[in-house]
Amino acid sequence: MMRTHDKASKLIFEYSHPGRGATDQWPQPLPATATSDLPQRLLRTKPPLLPEVGELEAVRHFTRLSQLNFSIDTHFYPLGSCTMKYNPKACNQYAMLPEFLGRHPLAPESHGQGFLACMYELQEMLKEVTGMQGVALSPMAGAHGEFAGVAMIRAYHRSRGDLARNEIIVPEAAHGTNPATATMCGCIVREIPVNDEGDIELDALRAAVGPNTAGIMLTNPSTLGVFERRIEEVARIVHTAGGLLYYDGANLNAILGKVRPGDMGFDVIHMNLHKTFSTPHGGGGPGAGAVGVSARLRPFLPIPIVGLEEGHRYRWLAEKDLPQSIGRLSGFMGNAGVLLRAYIYMRMLGREGMSQVGEYATLNANYLLTRLKQAGFDAAYPSRRASHEFIITLKRQARELDVTTMDFAKRLLDHGIHAPTTYFPLLVPECLLIEPTETESKDVLDAFVAAMTQIQQEAEQEPERVTSAPHTMPVRRLDDVRAAKQLDLRWKPTA
Amino acid sequence: MSNVPPDLQYTKTHEWVRTLPDGTVEIGITDHAQHALGDLVFVEVPEAGRAVALGEPCAVVESVKAASDVYSPVAGEITLGNPLLAGEPEAVNNDPYGKGWLMRLHPTKGAASADLMPADKYQTLLQTEGG
Amino acid sequence: MAFIPHTPADVEAMLATIGVSSIEQLFDEIPASLRVKSLDRVPVGLNEMQIGRLMSERARADGRPLCYIGAGAYEHHIPAAVWALTTRGEFYSAYTPYQAEASQGTLQLIYEYQTMMASLTGMDVSNASLYDGASAVAEGSLMAVRANRKSKSLRILVPRTVNPQYRRVAVATAGNQGLRFEDVAYTPDGGVTPLDALKKYDSEDVTAIVIQQPNFFGQLEDVDALTDWAHAKGTFVIAVVNPTSLALLKPPGEWGSSGKGADIVVGDGQPLGVPLSSGGPYFGFMTTRMEYVRQMPGRIVGRTVDVSGRAGFTLTLQAREQHIRRAKATSNICTNQGLLVTAATIYMSLMGPVGLERTAAASHASANDLVSALTAVKGVRRAFAGPFFHESVLLFDRPVGPILTSLANRGILGGLDLSELYPELGYALLVCATETKTKSDIESYVTALSEAAAAVRAA
Repeated sequence: MMRTHDKASKLIFEYSHPGRGATDQWPQPLPATATSDLPQRLLRTKPPLLPEVGELEAVRHFTRLSQLNFSIDTHFYPLGSCTMKYNPKACNQYAMLPEFLGRHPLAPESHGQGFLACMYELQEMLKEVTGMQGVALSPMAGAHGEFAGVAMIRAYHRSRGDLARNEIIVPEAAHGTNPATATMCGCIVREIPVNDEGDIELDALRAAVGPNTAGIMLTNPSTLGVFERRIEEVARIVHTAGGLLYYDGANLNAILGKVRPGDMGFDVIHMNLHKTFSTPHGGGGPGAGAVGVSARLRPFLPIPIVGLEEGHRYRWLAEKDLPQSIGRLSGFMGNAGVLLRAYIYMRMLGREGMSQVGEYATLNANYLLTRLKQAGFDAAYPSRRASHEFIITLKRQARELDVTTMDFAKRLLDHGIHAPTTYFPLLVPECLLIEPTETESKDVLDAFVAAMTQIQQEAEQEPERVTSAPHTMPVRRLDDVRAAKQLDLRWKPTA
Repeated sequence: MSNVPPDLQYTKTHEWVRTLPDGTVEIGITDHAQHALGDLVFVEVPEAGRAVALGEPCAVVESVKAASDVYSPVAGEITLGNPLLAGEPEAVNNDPYGKGWLMRLHPTKGAASADLMPADKYQTLLQTEGG
Repeated sequence: MAFIPHTPADVEAMLATIGVSSIEQLFDEIPASLRVKSLDRVPVGLNEMQIGRLMSERARADGRPLCYIGAGAYEHHIPAAVWALTTRGEFYSAYTPYQAEASQGTLQLIYEYQTMMASLTGMDVSNASLYDGASAVAEGSLMAVRANRKSKSLRILVPRTVNPQYRRVAVATAGNQGLRFEDVAYTPDGGVTPLDALKKYDSEDVTAIVIQQPNFFGQLEDVDALTDWAHAKGTFVIAVVNPTSLALLKPPGEWGSSGKGADIVVGDGQPLGVPLSSGGPYFGFMTTRMEYVRQMPGRIVGRTVDVSGRAGFTLTLQAREQHIRRAKATSNICTNQGLLVTAATIYMSLMGPVGLERTAAASHASANDLVSALTAVKGVRRAFAGPFFHESVLLFDRPVGPILTSLANRGILGGLDLSELYPELGYALLVCATETKTKSDIESYVTALSEAAAAVRAA
């Protein structure tokens, strides 16, 4: 049976009293005649189920809810593949200047030169750090950028009359968004294996490419936390077969300022600005998935893009300027406020800061990997350097102690550390994908090693402490099966 | 150890096939497959009357951490999807070869079927897969 | 400079532990030929004081004009509490709530949001957000194809009264999967979709029809008749709605005479506490009936219990999503617009049913005042008869572009020129007013318009 809620988890609706409200926020009431021109048959007859609470009640409720969360501002978050680095406060403050917040997306360019200048310069900076020839900012998340990228690949082949190319190759360890995106673009997915050292099997790649190959989607460093050393050979094989190379920018933080996807031979790339360029994750979004392209794909970029005229006037480039564009992917121009935050971050870092990101992210990852190995944990690819992230496998612990990766992850929460990415990539059994990011200090990394070591000891001596974790969180392990079988997706008032 | 009843036939993709006295076949997923998926929370079975081709995905089994298509090991026409599973998907976990069957179909005469294995061969397959 | 806390001593100790002599050595697996030579086109870094100054200058350049543009993005009062709470680090800098035990705040908030959106739209279930209203129409169309199993045509009717940008995004997003989006004409005098225009589809297989209420012109569609037409022939109804308007208008869940209502409801959540901010981040919402929940894209939160029987929240039905279903997922969406949902949930909690209804009524009244005042100016009249919500199309006796430029020079953004999107309307302008516009704001517009018209005439 479901226990009665305690204060922390009382729903906002359960504070409701008819007639109460944050009345100071409401417009003055109008006489009924104000809406009497609207036909009765088109009107609502029953008010919606919204809470009726005072302003202070609402403020307390949502403040308390926020306190139930882990966040970067409060906890270490070594989530592999997610780049949970510090979100500088300045980026938020200056993106929320009243003029920026109040600017209507369809306001004329005369009332947007400041904003457009930021967007234009962001495009230019992103081109430079990725080595691409064109950039569009409108995709609103990584997966949205992936969609734009694969759609451009298809549009490119079609424009050449090359209609048979509808296969997208992905390594078996790819992010789930890669195959899902290929499907959304009407493509067929072919998966290819990687070898024991985490590199792509070149023979399998050679066998997979052909006249139907539209392209290959790669993350480099890969989702296995290692750099694909033969990337130039991969590019040769795919290009020779007539396909294009897509770079999934999820791991761009690893190489920022050190290597550029454009120089590796990639034709199209998406960047997760909410990872590499430190815009906030917001509890699941918003992100921004800007795309960059080589010269041959530039005509197909999604619109709008910001152009510069006569060296001083910024304007939108749209349908008329880019007639071959894959079109619009957002109602206006994407997540402008997120783009502003990324712009501020890049301007603050500058060119020197860019390479420090890749350097210190890599330093932190390799240090943490070395310390964990010394503490007795097993690296999935022990002979390889870590990129900005690496994989530990707890296969041995699962077999010998019956304590799984899930158990370690949950026990870490009791130590005030967010769990690393677990069970991804599926290729490595019982894996933890760990990404410390460059903004964490050595002390925090040492504390992580200490926590892992302590959990290991517990697993050996008192395993049920670990397998029943967490013990200190607002809730213990939740019944996911019940959640999916007895769907309770909204609150219903009891009579 | 997985339960592999000797009287059924099996596919490489972990379906089992039982030929019923009236010539129709009953199809389900094996004990190994249900175990690998974990607690099922949803099962979608095909509607009666639907024609399915060999190897066509025609049912979906879903747990909280995985979802998997079930492929028809033989071409034919569906005669019945198991009506129990809409409300009781756990029947597949609890009784994969009995109450947890997924669908029955009437095979097309002379149509090819997948390479079906007897129980001992399927058992060997599970061992080589490290099951 | 890059928010890196390491001291030189830290670096030295860390390198010694790893067993390398320099950070550079950590990149030794990367072919030397690929290494970056320089990043000259990135400017040198600015400190916080410098970037603050730069951004303030940029913001000032954009100004703060009085804005009468709507067309999918609407200025409303946003209580200070909304963003004071939303930008708390615990919401702002949290990750997707995959680790439920460490994310109960975000998860419970989404559950509350799902409850509010389901009720506002009159549907059973809501997802946790999509990118924006336009992409929600695209996802709604793809969902209709999956859920409407009787239809095989992949044909989606999109009346021309639907926001034209939404149609463009739907085509760009779903066209690759073979969906075809077909226009339906509107009545020239009413600016709404007539049943007559649908007659030619009576005996054809149509997967879904998109119905926007209020429509792009601000006019009110006969949603009951359109819904009945669709349901009589097995066509899904995808409703596109403005959430503010739903405090006054019939929720899509009640459209049609059978009471069955729309099948999928989508829209842009921006009016619920999200600033205009040049078009984003906003959020798309989607609600549907329980029977189609497994076809819905995006994250969904459910309430369950923990091992000790205490109520808690978790992401559920994840087998629909890309991280599990991969190529067969309902969508490739992963990152959504969670933080904007946070803002909207707080906004709806502060407004409540009464505050939201007053906001809708005040916006409607303000728009009525604006239209009356502007049509009193010589050479300006309404394009369409019939009721509208908070925006409306006006016709001018001369091209709108120069007038808008002249108004903008006077600090007023007078509306959206429709001459490119709807050339058949002539010199048409879409104007909007919400509860934020006072009587004196409207007078300023009228005065400026008279001046601008005179200036244009003189030119």
